[in-house]
Amino acid sequence: MILLDRVTKTYGRKGGTALDRISLHVEPKEFVIVVGASGAGKSTLLKLLTREEKPSSGKIIVGGIDYERLKDKEIPLLRRKIGVVFQDFKLLQNKTVYENVSFALEIVGMGSREINHTVPKVLDIVGLKGKEKRMPRELSGGERQRVAIARAVTRQPRILIADEPTGNLDPAHAWDVIKVLEKINRFGTTVLLTTHNQDIVNRLKRRVITIDDGKIVSDRAGGEYKA
Amino acid sequence: MKQPPFLRRKLINFGRIFRTGTINFFRNAWLSVAATAVMVITLTIILFSVIANATFANTVQQITDRIDISVYLKDSVNEEQREDLISQLQNFENVRSIEYITKEQALEDYKDQNAKNIDLLVAISQTDNPLPASLRVKPEDPNRIEEIRQFLEQPDIKDLQSDETSYSGDRKEAVDNITQATSFLRTAGIAGVLIFTVISMLIIFNTIQMAIFNRREELTIMRLLGANSWYIRGPFIVETVLYGIVAAIISIAACSTLFSVQAAAFGVSSLNLLDLQFANAYFEQRFWPILLIQMVIGISIGAISAYIATRRYLKFKTIK
Repeated sequence: MILLDRVTKTYGRKGGTALDRISLHVEPKEFVIVVGASGAGKSTLLKLLTREEKPSSGKIIVGGIDYERLKDKEIPLLRRKIGVVFQDFKLLQNKTVYENVSFALEIVGMGSREINHTVPKVLDIVGLKGKEKRMPRELSGGERQRVAIARAVTRQPRILIADEPTGNLDPAHAWDVIKVLEKINRFGTTVLLTTHNQDIVNRLKRRVITIDDGKIVSDRAGGEYKA
Repeated sequence: MKQPPFLRRKLINFGRIFRTGTINFFRNAWLSVAATAVMVITLTIILFSVIANATFANTVQQITDRIDISVYLKDSVNEEQREDLISQLQNFENVRSIEYITKEQALEDYKDQNAKNIDLLVAISQTDNPLPASLRVKPEDPNRIEEIRQFLEQPDIKDLQSDETSYSGDRKEAVDNITQATSFLRTAGIAGVLIFTVISMLIIFNTIQMAIFNRREELTIMRLLGANSWYIRGPFIVETVLYGIVAAIISIAACSTLFSVQAAAFGVSSLNLLDLQFANAYFEQRFWPILLIQMVIGISIGAISAYIATRRYLKFKTIK
């Protein structure tokens, strides 16, 4: 589902190396946690996957799409196939919960009837039934993140990338968000999660990839967080 | 994920872009008011410049129409010689028309002009008709009468003339002055229109750019969700096009009001070079075309500004 082959990312001439010849393979329907200290290269890795940035060298193939052959015009089509959840939610502040989710479907030109059918179901999955008409500022952090997740999964992507989705949340809310991610994974979506949270990593008992200084230092199933 | 067929999807997208743009127009009420106001001022300035320019041109036309060259003929000139002279003059490109005024006609005109001067009328009726027949030559362009003048100064032509050639009854310098002044006014009018158009386009562009800067976060999010460029840009363009349409209507309404108030209040038909009656008629006769042109200008300024202003935020951030 995700394949990285000796991917290197350097910034500028003297900016240093963010990722150093990373190779990685993620199977469909896997739940993978990427851990590492700030600046280790986690965010860079995710930005390469969403094509916010280009690698300096190496090969990236996601869901059968070879990034080398991807034209700028085709980037929107790629992003529609990948669901992304950000640490800072990135919700549209002047739209309601419902509109934030339906917006993702409007972009791809889905019919209104289909949208009205899909959005309530997705909001139900993330546990936001009854809050459709709230504005993002009226929600707690955990609720906001669940709106973002609903928005990311409503298009039924095969891959969900969650970049520190619990970074701004207290433990109880963080766990709510993680449970939603597990639920989505059970429906068959490949989940790639980055986190700092040792507790979450240890309780999930999933494949853990540790990045340090731009390199993968460990990759093991049912892994634990090693600081 | 099911998707409707291509054409239906395009229609749905267009509908949504249009709806979002309209909603934004009302949601960002203050910005809409500000941008529309600038647009109204622009369109009104352009409209006024155009009307003023047309009015000046009309004044110039009226003055130049009055400029003519009178060639006074000796009584001894026979019909053949006269026709010969007329056809020679007609060969000049710059000659628009030649009117032959007989001695009798000249006398009638003279009597009409001096209807109040009884003594003069009595004196003139007691003699033979002292007035010469003449040719009234109207030039196409009063600035270029020099060649006609040279032709009339030729000795054999001069022989046919009883008096010095008269240029509009005034001295030639006076004619020259008027034509120079009017052509200057015309150039100034066109330059004014251009300058005001450019200035107001810059202001509008800036306003829209500010609006987009305020919503750059929104643009980035749309981009990350995989919206294509037109889906993001479209609503902005719809919004600015609405500014243009509303501004055109307000501008026209304001001008209409102004003209009708002016016509009612002053009852004055002209202020020196500004023939208000003409300006009024010009505006009224061309009301619909002017409204249409105003809308086209407003829509173009808005759409072009929005297109350029969004371009910057729609580039893919792909750092190598």
